[in-house]
Amino acid sequence: MAIKSLEDLRKIKNESQLQTKARKNNDTQVIVGMGTCGIAAGAREVMAAVLEELSKRGLNNVAVLQTGCIGMCQKEPLLDIVRPGEDRVTYGPVYPADVPRIIADHLVNGIIVEDLVVAKIPNKE
Amino acid sequence: MALVRAHILICTGTGCTASGAKDVLAKFEQELKAKKLWDEVSVVETGCHGFCEAGPLVIIYPEGTFYTRVKVEDVAEIVDEHILKGRVVSRLLFKEPMTSQKVPNYSDIAFYKKQHRLVLGNCGHINPDSIEEYIGAEGYEGLAKAVLTMTPEQVVEEMKKTGLRGRGGGGFPTGMKWMFCAKSPGPKKYVICNADEGDPGAFMDRSLLEGDPHAILEGMAICAYAIGADEGYIYCRAEYPLAIKRLKQAITQAEEAGLLGKNIFGKDFSFTLHIKEGAGAFVCGEETALMASIEGGRGMPRPRPPFPAVKGLWDKPTNINNVETFANVPYIFRVGAEEYAKLGTEKSKGTKVFALTGKINNTGLAEVPMGISMREIIFDIGGGIMDGKKFKAVQIGGPSGGCIPEQLLDTPVDYDSLIAAGAMMGSGGLVVMDEGTCMVDVAKFFLNFTQSESCGKCTPCREGTKRMLEMLIDITEGRGKEGDIEKLERLAKSIKAGALCALGQTAPNPVLSTLRYFRDEYEAHIYEKRCPANVCTAFIGYKITDKCVGCGLCKTVCPVDAISGEPKGKHTIDPEKCIKCGACMVKCPFKAIIRG
Ligand SMILES: Cc1cc2nc3c(=O)[nH]c(=O)nc-3n(C[C@H](O)[C@H](O)[C@H](O)COP(=O)(O)O)c2cc1C
Ligand code: FES
Repeated sequence: MAIKSLEDLRKIKNESQLQTKARKNNDTQVIVGMGTCGIAAGAREVMAAVLEELSKRGLNNVAVLQTGCIGMCQKEPLLDIVRPGEDRVTYGPVYPADVPRIIADHLVNGIIVEDLVVAKIPNKE
Repeated sequence: MALVRAHILICTGTGCTASGAKDVLAKFEQELKAKKLWDEVSVVETGCHGFCEAGPLVIIYPEGTFYTRVKVEDVAEIVDEHILKGRVVSRLLFKEPMTSQKVPNYSDIAFYKKQHRLVLGNCGHINPDSIEEYIGAEGYEGLAKAVLTMTPEQVVEEMKKTGLRGRGGGGFPTGMKWMFCAKSPGPKKYVICNADEGDPGAFMDRSLLEGDPHAILEGMAICAYAIGADEGYIYCRAEYPLAIKRLKQAITQAEEAGLLGKNIFGKDFSFTLHIKEGAGAFVCGEETALMASIEGGRGMPRPRPPFPAVKGLWDKPTNINNVETFANVPYIFRVGAEEYAKLGTEKSKGTKVFALTGKINNTGLAEVPMGISMREIIFDIGGGIMDGKKFKAVQIGGPSGGCIPEQLLDTPVDYDSLIAAGAMMGSGGLVVMDEGTCMVDVAKFFLNFTQSESCGKCTPCREGTKRMLEMLIDITEGRGKEGDIEKLERLAKSIKAGALCALGQTAPNPVLSTLRYFRDEYEAHIYEKRCPANVCTAFIGYKITDKCVGCGLCKTVCPVDAISGEPKGKHTIDPEKCIKCGACMVKCPFKAIIRG
């Protein structure tokens, strides 16, 4: 790694930021329900699919969070998408195969995947 | 590779390592692997956050949850609850000392909220062993900008515009210093970083070196470019092994990346760096003594002028700055002098890192903009005085500084206001004292330090501090005489005027400033033979009050049979026999025995 110009430096900076982005506050979030019920229903696999899809797309400005049981165990695995200034949308049951579609349509393009929606929580701002 | 969804930042600075961070780190690795989470979570070692008191510290992102005093036994619970299920383990959160409220997020803690972490910004938030993470935090952009787009003269001009003053104690304008050295003729020049950090209680330089070593290298390289130096030294005390290890690692990485060494950024600019370990003598922090030490001689100061900028290391023009001073430089060149100069006051720009210690609730490092009041530092950031006691004074500037009493708490903290108040910025050590502190005793403590650290080269410092210390010992042990105060003042004046280096010139400051604000305490010791704070044992006596019911318990514990009295009658202590051990006071179930 020999750095000879500002471009060389910026390149390393961008690569490094990709790795450390999770340490910044991100308003765009993917939240996976990780209660005992969620895990039993396959939430861990959903989480793995989320991470894989995000890294495939190089989306490093998204926070991946977990939440506990919200009392809709029959709909687990649950997955929420939060985009800044928009309603929070809960999807379920979500299987690993559904993840690419939710991320592409909703997270990236802002189009809600209606057939999988469980609930919408209005944005308060 | 899958994306990493969470980062577990574990502080492995000197403080947290001492409280067990390495074991916590190993346990996290074990737990995450056992639960098959190792691939989605990254574990990062960081440098000191300046909050060692609450260590080992663990911060988990993306939430930014701040866990304190994490023990090996807690790790499994954090992994199960937080990492797996996203539930905060609230019993490990930080509790505000004033309100007892638990605070989940790093950025919401009062200790950090009022701070302005510009120099310490990376400390605790990046992996200091990774040059990539430093570059990811915009590291080396300042150097790139300086070397690729500015002439050395422009770099010096830019530094002058910032108004930055040296953080090592003297407060000399850094841009001016660079200019003097740049103007000195000669093909060979040196840059030195003073990492001797000798002030008792100060540890901001250590934190910076451990937590963000590349920032110091970058600052030094920019300086080298500006003054025309091709070689530099970091003089770091050997008591900082972790700092030295991380510096060495950083130098190797920077050399591999071409950011140190020959033809940096492809330009006709080369800079190599060495580390020199110091043996921990306070006087070796003085710049001329420090250079003598690098040259292999005894660490003793010499008269100035000639200043190092003219005749420094091996008689070559040399620029020497403190660690924190250099740590400001990368930021300055990233954002520009004008932006930087917006922070702080008219004559003191930027921020200053203070090390809070003593009778204060939150001890640790606090970086604040210049000009903030002492009250805000102590009460808002520091969380007030321990055990609800009353504030008495704060010693600033260590053994060369002075104290600030209650009535001056609203003084803005900047170089000139502090001098006017009879103290000084120094390296930024703040020792907070409560009502139970004897100010004569404090002066004695600091003078004892400088007296034993005096190198002995000049008479005023060697003999003068010794005589002053003897007088303070006499005063605190009940042998003070009329005229002692005046004699102390006279001696202090002579030492200040006659000592060779700033060690001697500033040694009387603690005595002078306590005399200025607490003269009555000196007088009480000398004339009334009493210590108002009940600290100096020579004046303490134990008395039995009317609360005594005559149980006789005190009599049984007194090791010298100084207590007499009939059962069920009030007992008395014979002051001639009493050795002031205090055992009776501890024993008395009726709190009938008092000190005074
Ligand atoms: C007795 C004595 C001890 C000193 N110790 C230190 C020290 O530990 N660290 C430091 O940076 N400066 C120390 N100094 C100040 C240095 O002599 C010098 O002024 C400073 O390193 C210059 O850097 P600056 O302009 O960036 O502050 C000490 C001075 C004296 C007289
Ligand atoms: S070493 Fe961890 S906060 Fe200082």
